Amino acid sequence: MELYELTITQAHQGLLKKEFSAVELTKAFLNRIEKTDKEISAFLTITEDSAISQAKKIDNRILTSGKIPVLAGIPIAVKDNILIKGIKTTCASKILENYIAPYDATVIKKLNELGAVIIGKTNLDEFAMGASTEHSGFFPTKNPYDLTRVPGGSSGGSAAAVAKNLCCCALGSDTGGSIRQPASFCGVVGLKPTYGAVSRYGLVAFASSLDQIGPITKTAEDAKVLFEAISGKDPKDSTSVESNVSSATLRGVPRFARSSKFRVSSLKIGVPKEYFIKGIDSGVEKIIKGAVEKIEKLGAKIKEISLPHTKYALSTYYLIATSEASANLARYDGIRYGLSKSENKDLLDVYLQSKTKGFGDEVKRRIMLGTYALSAGYYQAFYLKAQKVRTLIRKDFEKAFQEIDAVFAPVSPTPAFKIGEKIDDPLLMYLSDIFTVSANLVGLPALSVPAGFAGDLPVGLQIIGRPFEENKILEVGKIYE
Amino acid sequence: MIKKEEVQHIAKLARIKLSQQELKRFQGDLSSVLDYFNSMKEVDVSGIEPTFHPAEYFFGKSLGKMRKDKAESQPSGVVNKLIEAAPDKEKRHIRVKAIF
Repeated sequence: MELYELTITQAHQGLLKKEFSAVELTKAFLNRIEKTDKEISAFLTITEDSAISQAKKIDNRILTSGKIPVLAGIPIAVKDNILIKGIKTTCASKILENYIAPYDATVIKKLNELGAVIIGKTNLDEFAMGASTEHSGFFPTKNPYDLTRVPGGSSGGSAAAVAKNLCCCALGSDTGGSIRQPASFCGVVGLKPTYGAVSRYGLVAFASSLDQIGPITKTAEDAKVLFEAISGKDPKDSTSVESNVSSATLRGVPRFARSSKFRVSSLKIGVPKEYFIKGIDSGVEKIIKGAVEKIEKLGAKIKEISLPHTKYALSTYYLIATSEASANLARYDGIRYGLSKSENKDLLDVYLQSKTKGFGDEVKRRIMLGTYALSAGYYQAFYLKAQKVRTLIRKDFEKAFQEIDAVFAPVSPTPAFKIGEKIDDPLLMYLSDIFTVSANLVGLPALSVPAGFAGDLPVGLQIIGRPFEENKILEVGKIYE
Repeated sequence: MIKKEEVQHIAKLARIKLSQQELKRFQGDLSSVLDYFNSMKEVDVSGIEPTFHPAEYFFGKSLGKMRKDKAESQPSGVVNKLIEAAPDKEKRHIRVKAIF
């Protein structure tokens, strides 16, 4: 087995047993990036020097103490919308092309403290807005399983890098499916944590009530290791919480949800009928149904459930996400940082020129959609209405979770689609998110685990859990490995 | 179909300049998405409270407490870097063009 094929837990064992050094491990990935990243273009920045020096520190620690945290010396890639001090953070946007982060995101601070080796920053759809990584302001990333297809998005660079063994694991961010859908398309594990489980400090904001950082890994066990490393309350993000908070303190979570020993035979799995609709790829449907049968054979109870407001989830999501984005992206004004352009002396011209030249089409579209939804005359009909429908979607899940432990659903209606197939039709691209957005609207944890292949293309199973029950859905996910 | 003038008005509010060609393209794009959003109109939300944030539902009012409105001093290195990042500056001031 090559070093770059190892999981986090395997690499950790190898380091402890001194089968290889952290420097050797890091170099194995850096060499592989050098040789093969040109095929898929997953990386925007490689942080070779700091990676090697961090790896050397870990080797010293192993020599002197013999004990290291699980993530120490583990090469990890980071989506380029997460700040790493002194390194470019571009969000794959021309407007931040030369932006150097002045401080570390909280997740990066935690990874550094644990001794993880950050080897580079990965490509994404500009400002994480997209489902294919084709909306990167620099270049598209390709799917390692089929170079004519997209890796999904927006964390396409991170998912493709893990799938191609260019890093041991990666961080992504998920606002409406941006971890789970690329994980599904690239045949890797992706976890969107419960809203608030992971600090968003230092994550470039897209839609603040929906964004979460999460792991993209080769196995569910690795996802657990990485999730535990980055989660927890952070004074710098007032919406973050301790994720081991007892269920009793959570409203809307039934008493029996309190974590107990995991047993498949005591699990109740809900399969929502609204997630198996016309237009879903037959290969995807077969794989998800096969996954349901598999867990049923292992003793879990299967129950068909209804989440009746599912068909409004996509509209609700896009109205809320674009509204929040239009406010969040107002900060790119050419004054304090980032691209600044102007042709004459007035301030308005700086705003107009900087935004017009700095943002790509999809970002402009979303800013305009959000501006529209929040503008006088449309606020009630669009934005406020969407926030009320969000309540109905939340109640659908609350009701379902009275009877079940987890929801099984497809991640996306199709496997990876062709590069160029949806780029000219924004609505068609948005429909790729139809099964993933509800978890963000409600704040629920949701996992994508590889569940099979449709032809040559991997397909993920989505497992949605109760708030703060990441460990349970990860345990369920292990069944499919 | 959303009117061209409306697209132009939104672009102005969003501080984005559109060429005639872009205006036409965005008119089509926004119209098809807004048509899709319109399906939401059929949902009855009478008596339903909005959920602006998932945290409201998990924790009620116990979460999202504001910190005290008190300036916290930052390391000077960070402050310098923040100033350095500004495209147009004079000493430790960020220069802004005239409003009018």
